[in-house]
Amino acid sequence: MATTTTLLGSYNPILPEATLVIGALIMLMAGVFIKKTNATTMTFAAIAVISLAIAFLYLQGDVSGTMFSGSFIMDAFARLMKIVTLSASALAVFMSYDYMARGNLWKYEFPVLILLATAGMMMMISANDLIALYLGIELQSLALYVIAAFNRNSERSSEAGLKYFVLGALASGMLLYGMSLIYGFTGSTGFAKIAASVHETGVSTGIVFGLVFLMVGMVFKISAVPFHMWTPDVYEGSPTTVTTFFAAAPKIAAMAMIVRVLYGAFADIAPQWQQIIVFVSIASMLLGAFAAIGQTNIKRLMAYSSIGHMGFALVGLAAGTESGVRAVILYMIIYAIMTLGSFACILAMRRDEGPVENITDLSGLAKNDLTMAFLLAMLMFSLAGIPPLAGFFAKYYVLLAAVNAKLIPLAIVGVLASVIGAFYYLRIIKIMFFDEAGEPFSVMHGSLRFVLLVSGFAVIGYVGYLAPLEGIAGAAAKSLFQ
Amino acid sequence: MNNSLILSTVTFLPLLGAAMISVIRSNDETAKNNARMAALFTTVFTFGASLVIWYNFDNSQAGFQMVEKYNWLGENFSYHMGVDGISMLFVILTTFIMPLSILASWNSVQDRVKEYMIAFLVLESLMIGVFCALDLVLFYLFFEAGLIPMFLIIGVWGGKRRVYSAFKFFLYTLLGSVLMLLAIMAMYGETGTTDITRLLTYRFSTTPIHFWGMTIDGGLQSVLWWAFFASFAVKMPMWPVHTWLPDAHVEAPTAGSVILAAILLKMGGYGFLRFSIPMFPVASESFAIIVFVLSCVAIIYTSLVALVQEDIKKLIAYSSVAHMGFVTMGIFTATAQGIQGGIFQMLSHGIVSAALFLCIGVVYDRMHTREIAAYGGLVNRMPLYAVFFMVFTMANVGLPGTSGFVGEFLSLTGTFRVNSWVAFFATTGVILSAAYALWLYRRVIFGKLEKASLKNIADLNTRELAILAPLVVLTVLLGIWPAPLIDVTTASVDQLLNNYKDAIKAAHDAGVLALR
Repeated sequence: MATTTTLLGSYNPILPEATLVIGALIMLMAGVFIKKTNATTMTFAAIAVISLAIAFLYLQGDVSGTMFSGSFIMDAFARLMKIVTLSASALAVFMSYDYMARGNLWKYEFPVLILLATAGMMMMISANDLIALYLGIELQSLALYVIAAFNRNSERSSEAGLKYFVLGALASGMLLYGMSLIYGFTGSTGFAKIAASVHETGVSTGIVFGLVFLMVGMVFKISAVPFHMWTPDVYEGSPTTVTTFFAAAPKIAAMAMIVRVLYGAFADIAPQWQQIIVFVSIASMLLGAFAAIGQTNIKRLMAYSSIGHMGFALVGLAAGTESGVRAVILYMIIYAIMTLGSFACILAMRRDEGPVENITDLSGLAKNDLTMAFLLAMLMFSLAGIPPLAGFFAKYYVLLAAVNAKLIPLAIVGVLASVIGAFYYLRIIKIMFFDEAGEPFSVMHGSLRFVLLVSGFAVIGYVGYLAPLEGIAGAAAKSLFQ
Repeated sequence: MNNSLILSTVTFLPLLGAAMISVIRSNDETAKNNARMAALFTTVFTFGASLVIWYNFDNSQAGFQMVEKYNWLGENFSYHMGVDGISMLFVILTTFIMPLSILASWNSVQDRVKEYMIAFLVLESLMIGVFCALDLVLFYLFFEAGLIPMFLIIGVWGGKRRVYSAFKFFLYTLLGSVLMLLAIMAMYGETGTTDITRLLTYRFSTTPIHFWGMTIDGGLQSVLWWAFFASFAVKMPMWPVHTWLPDAHVEAPTAGSVILAAILLKMGGYGFLRFSIPMFPVASESFAIIVFVLSCVAIIYTSLVALVQEDIKKLIAYSSVAHMGFVTMGIFTATAQGIQGGIFQMLSHGIVSAALFLCIGVVYDRMHTREIAAYGGLVNRMPLYAVFFMVFTMANVGLPGTSGFVGEFLSLTGTFRVNSWVAFFATTGVILSAAYALWLYRRVIFGKLEKASLKNIADLNTRELAILAPLVVLTVLLGIWPAPLIDVTTASVDQLLNNYKDAIKAAHDAGVLALR
């Protein structure tokens, strides 16, 4: 590995993960020993820890190589995805404290669990070995199960946590089964050795079986069809802040993990997994588009929307090319920006009696709060993929990769699904702009307004920073193909 | 002013105006008036700036002029702008119609005036961008982004069924366009560029493609042609995908209908001229007959539909579809007269249909109904209005001496040279258009002024006169002296046709295309 003498010498690559874990443990101790913890202080402590991790990633420069006998890998791809994941986590925590405090949901464990989950995601992104991968997934998932059920007094929240846990455990089982098959047929758990073995022996039934089970477990994490059933219920049942977190960071990490596994270990049998990805992608796009039409709860709607978007991101993966991977990276970054902004609005849907979640509660928002309505409308247009907003470019990159890889039917299904999907995004805009004004919402908290403004302008002004972002994503994708 | 920046200046001036309006705070009468004045000032200034383009335009040059190219949009595509004889006049048309639409909304829009003006100015920027873009992706950005402001204009300030119409308009157009997007990607994959100037000289393969057991005879070129056709046919709109238009026209506020009819529809025709004909000549040649049939159906069928309408706006909307039929027919004849006629017809229709919708707006502002039956005998109270309406009705019919005649005559001449039966059927449309337009005029303007509600209706005021007067002047002037416009387009159209003929000849020689 490339040796650097800065910071902690050879442990430099793992510094961000270490920061998160140590930070989480210190905060846990602080929570136990200090009788009354302050929501704001703890939140900003968590954000500080995440920022420190991002700073370490940034200071690493272009460090790359493997650690711990090849089970942990650091490269440009991992670095970019980690920075995006960490930023998404930080923003989700930032948006949560006011909501949690107002709903009497605040407990000091919340930011600690988010930090631990984020550490798990970092591990998923950097895993270069099936065991390391599993550890990362479980660290993330166990923390997520707990925060899904964070509102102990709500039946829906407990149900969400339980449902997520049971189905997640099933997916983990599948994952482990697949891993054991792959280990049995290749003789190794390390991606490099698996790749070498696959390269040598080619396609064998055992490996294909193992790969399928492995993919079932991984696809569950990005909630793509047909392993999406948990998503709407968990999104709806969990406290909205938790949903915000679920919708962005874990998806990015899980997508990065899928890309790493497929290209790191199974690049030589790409035609085998491409078929699966194409199917999952088409099914997700169509289900996301059709099932969202009938929703009345905005969190459920966002759940289906995210299923559809995962389908789109997979289009880039199905292409099986470097530009396809770059498209996936860009898609996930843009998706995270759009999702966080939309959830800032959903978190702000609150009246004196408490939070509201029906789409019709947005009615006439343009009359009550034009800035919020305008930015949310731009986010919705962007999610629908209308130029010149960021969401259009996200779709443009993945479809371009698919067309260049001669996956024309996939691209056609993609654009048709995006037209159908446009309908329900337009419906939200219609409710905000065309309908009569309802009772205004309570004043939007500063943190939410901040995130909304940032993401809104990031979406509108995408053409302004398109070139540098393309370059960064291109470099990250390139590092996977060396 | 530096030539090389003029197109961007004209394109983004309205956006600057929109930004200025957006900082107006408060919502009282003064603020509303400020927003209106700012919008009017911006659009008039943009029109002035666009005349600089015309002034600097060299009619003898066929290629693109005033070109700007920057690479700041990433590796895949560039910011590339320029105009030639085909696109330049559409830019002028846009900037010319815009101040009139702002004036037309002066009193009729009282709700959310700031947002209304912002939406219109943003829309203007995007429309000018469509006609100037010389990069396919840039073109698509402008082309599609226009849906957002138009959706809001119809949905927020529209009539009773505005939600339905806005959705129909948006989804219909989006569905057509996404296929074009895929075609753009395929073209990029094939050629490695999205630069229109380079694509214009690229000959796409016509070798048959075998795909899932099917054989596509025309090869890649015909697939691309259909994808672009899907988008532009919806935008144009051609029969049978025109059904969004009457709804959108009827429900949109007056200025929205004006923009739709005068400019947005022209993007379809412009698209045919800029992409379908020059980039896919062999496919255009082989599918021309389909376009002819659809155009004839559009001309005859929608004219008949227009006859039985009870809503004035809907009648004009159907007549727009019929007139656009002449345009598509003319363009796909691939003759100098046909294409010149198509372009002229589009420009003339831009003026005349805008004027007709403005005329409807005038009476709608007074009576708040668009039912033909609610009017009658207006000539008694509104003589001036009757005169203006008469001129535009005649232009709509295509009476010699008005601009409507030149376009229809040229495109029919072009068609006659290629296919006399098509020309025969299309000509019956001229008769039908006289029938519905004159009958409409009789029912609204003539007769006895019997309805009590009409007794106190007032004639045109100064603002309305200021809107309609330039349109009358242009309608008549272009009818008797069309040369200024034709001179602009000639060089570019000739070059387009030469390239087209070369490509067709090459295809004949290769045996791809049977002689027609």
